[in-house]
Amino acid sequence: MEVRIWRGKAEGAFSSYHVPVRDNQTILDVVTEIQREQEPALAYRFACRVGVCGSCAMTVNGKPRWTCRTHVTRVAHEGVLTIEPLRNLPRIKDLVCDMGDFFQKWQKAGGKHSGSLTRADKPALVDITNPARVTANAAIECINCAICYSACDVVAWDKDYLGPAALNRAWTLVNDERHSEREETFDKSFGEGGCGSCHSQGNCTRHCPVEISPSESIAGLKRAAFSGLPKMDGN
Amino acid sequence: MERTLFKAQRISAILLAPWVLIHLGLILYAVRGGLTAAEILDRTQGSLFWGLFYGSFVLLVTVHAPIGLRNILREWTPLKSDNINPMCFMFGLFILVMGIRAVAAVVG
Repeated sequence: MEVRIWRGKAEGAFSSYHVPVRDNQTILDVVTEIQREQEPALAYRFACRVGVCGSCAMTVNGKPRWTCRTHVTRVAHEGVLTIEPLRNLPRIKDLVCDMGDFFQKWQKAGGKHSGSLTRADKPALVDITNPARVTANAAIECINCAICYSACDVVAWDKDYLGPAALNRAWTLVNDERHSEREETFDKSFGEGGCGSCHSQGNCTRHCPVEISPSESIAGLKRAAFSGLPKMDGN
Repeated sequence: MERTLFKAQRISAILLAPWVLIHLGLILYAVRGGLTAAEILDRTQGSLFWGLFYGSFVLLVTVHAPIGLRNILREWTPLKSDNINPMCFMFGLFILVMGIRAVAAVVG
């Protein structure tokens, strides 16, 4: 199989490699094999290799994907793989992006959890049947892979837009009874470049590898502009 | 401010939708019947109903259009918000003045 991999930073070119096809081979397996056997200087990120850490996202044949859980047979087009870094993030080297903007926007969207209890207090008892908790749980499993951020066209043309992941995070906190700054997070998520900038195109939801719907979370924030913050007593 | 503008634009859009349909229907009715401008003015002048209808139409557009223009300019031009906000405010004032002038001419 032919594998074309981006080499360089913003300026660069594709280099071609040939890798044997193997059973149950993932894209990350292919990149790792090339780095170990053919191109030791190839830069890429990974950590867990099992779809938990969100480190190994890349653009594969034009679409952002988590490479450790993407099988070659699912995405290879006529025996060719084209692998690039994620879109919408500055390129550092080869397949590695600078994630700085992505995580700073989490902070800008009020994504930092702020508890009101001290270590002397008993742990908060959270009612898992509370509708707000159910809503938060639906969006909570984000692995910070930046695939939604890469897939989003609004991020591509508006560099101030906070992006789907940061707003999805804000929505979980707005629905989290343990978060002591729900109002502040809500205000930040509606700041300049916040959820009002979303065009509801849905690319984030379509590409999210863990099947979260940031579109739904952003729609929730927009609805809350009219209905107010979600109630915590379940009513 | 963003949240307030977001709400103002959505609410004005909801209210404008039926107003636009009525306005379009009115145009079709007037043209189909072959009414002249003079005949139309003869029916609208002095009418409290059409004065209120088109007066509220102008107010809704004055709220709705500048916010939308602000979003477009922010997304598609390198202009900063410091420049865009007063520009869109002035645009809103322009629509308001021109709209009131037009309503006054039609129903006055």
